[in-house]
Amino acid sequence: MVKETTLGSKAFDLVLIVLLVGISIMCVLPLWYTLAVSLSDNAAASSGQVSLWPVGFNFNSYQEIMGDSKFFNSFWISIQRVVLGSSLNFVIIILMGYPLSKNAKDLPFRNVLMWILVFTMLFNGGLIPWYQTVKSLGLINNIWALVLGNSVPIFSVILVINYFRNLPKELEEAALVDGAGPWYMLIQIFIPLAVPVLATVTLFSIVYHWNEFFNGLVLMSNADHYPLQTYIQQLVVIVDANTMTAEQIQKMSELSNQTLNSAKIFIAMIPVLVIYPFLQRFFIHGITLGSVKE
Amino acid sequence: MVTKGFAKHYYLMLLPGFIWLTLFSIVPMFGIVIAFQDFNPGLGMFHSDWVGLENFRYMFTLNDSKTVFVNTLFIAVMKIIANMIVPLVFALMLNELRIAILKRWVQTIVYLPHFLSWVILSGILLDVLSYKGPVNGILGIFGISPTLFFAKAELFPFIIVGSDVWKEFGFNTIIFLAALTGINPSLYEAAAIDGASRWQRLWHVTLPGIITTVILLSVLSLGNVLNAGFDQIFNLYNPLVYSSGDIIDTWVYRTGLLNLQYGLATAMGLLKSVISFVLITTSYFLAAKFANYRIF
Repeated sequence: MVKETTLGSKAFDLVLIVLLVGISIMCVLPLWYTLAVSLSDNAAASSGQVSLWPVGFNFNSYQEIMGDSKFFNSFWISIQRVVLGSSLNFVIIILMGYPLSKNAKDLPFRNVLMWILVFTMLFNGGLIPWYQTVKSLGLINNIWALVLGNSVPIFSVILVINYFRNLPKELEEAALVDGAGPWYMLIQIFIPLAVPVLATVTLFSIVYHWNEFFNGLVLMSNADHYPLQTYIQQLVVIVDANTMTAEQIQKMSELSNQTLNSAKIFIAMIPVLVIYPFLQRFFIHGITLGSVKE
Repeated sequence: MVTKGFAKHYYLMLLPGFIWLTLFSIVPMFGIVIAFQDFNPGLGMFHSDWVGLENFRYMFTLNDSKTVFVNTLFIAVMKIIANMIVPLVFALMLNELRIAILKRWVQTIVYLPHFLSWVILSGILLDVLSYKGPVNGILGIFGISPTLFFAKAELFPFIIVGSDVWKEFGFNTIIFLAALTGINPSLYEAAAIDGASRWQRLWHVTLPGIITTVILLSVLSLGNVLNAGFDQIFNLYNPLVYSSGDIIDTWVYRTGLLNLQYGLATAMGLLKSVISFVLITTSYFLAAKFANYRIF
């Protein structure tokens, strides 16, 4: 790299550092504010006294959540959904990605299958037909509606296909000479080599299933089956009225229990905050490798 | 090579995925016939009455449909433009940063909001922008009286675009950073020896180096002009801002699942799907032709 020691260049660096640090702080400040509100006294929070530090520091809202069976019920549904959904996605993504990474010579009709895959990614029947289909399969109020309700994560499958295609052909040839079959080849050779891209798509699956609220809202008619995000959506952001005045909106925000809501929001963030740093170092690598096509 | 007999194993591997696809993607596609019916859930789509294009005709007579179409286009186009420019500028800034450890920290932090849901972020945003919230508090210092941000239709699209940029700019930076690492470092050396300043190097080496990525992303974003972001708007809007914030997807949800006008909602959804599909296909065609880009 080029060395720069002029005064102008140093000033440039300084401005840059200040700007970038400022932008980074802006990205986490709202999250920090939520934590501060959740640890504050409710009266102080609703009257807008809390800024960056809790006012009247206490753990009351977290204690209250500890005794809230509804919250824990939906939390547990979300955990089940993430475990089932991500494992299933993981298996399906590999089982689709590996054969489709082969040439049409090894997998007849490969191009037709790819075409179907891309078509289903780009075109869909829309909300009502989708809802009617899931309903006719008898999955309303069933956890499997949340796990299966949306289609195969085709974007992830394509990332994996491209990753497999970029692996050296010699690997497969050597394994073939040693007498490896297709399943052995996939499990013993290809999967271990695809760790970065598999970690990436798994992160996407986990985050998707944890964050998704709409399937819960539409496919669960009973609030006891709501996953956590749907539960929070109903609690915090719903404005369920066809006519509403500005005063009503203002009043609603004042009446709600802000510290409790903030605590629930913060707890719902924790799983993402915990897994994110571990998988973060993989995903940039995984995305850029998977999206490059020679 | 002895790959004979492998194909049937490959098909076996593909089977579960394609069954899943069939059940939840392909079968619902046939459900678009509802758009041409007076759909009655009790009768199902095999026995409901056919009404031809009546749903479409009715849709075009509604004032709502013009509003939601304009809102969708306006919000989506603003998002596309802002989500291109901000990450590009940010990536260029990050690329000029010469302290490696700070660079890593900044990257880790700015990617984070992308992984939080709009439910969570809406909860936070509604609080931050509330009447007695911190934003009004800061504005108060400058003598600006408090505003009910979420009751102002004229502000709503800008809140939507602004908060979307806030959530996604870090993540959208990744692709530009990847393109930047592809630039040959010797170009910078050569430019420096020729006496180019940092600005000149940015202008004559860095920008030309990533312009193809920028063009490619602009072309591909064409497919998104009818996607204004359901999750975000659904969680932030209220009846006071329908006039500027109601988009096709939220309208379809309310009309179809809340007001039970299945045929009408499906017709609108179908129109959106078809237009989007044409736009995406066109943009991929253009990308393949001019940037030699293929997704698989």
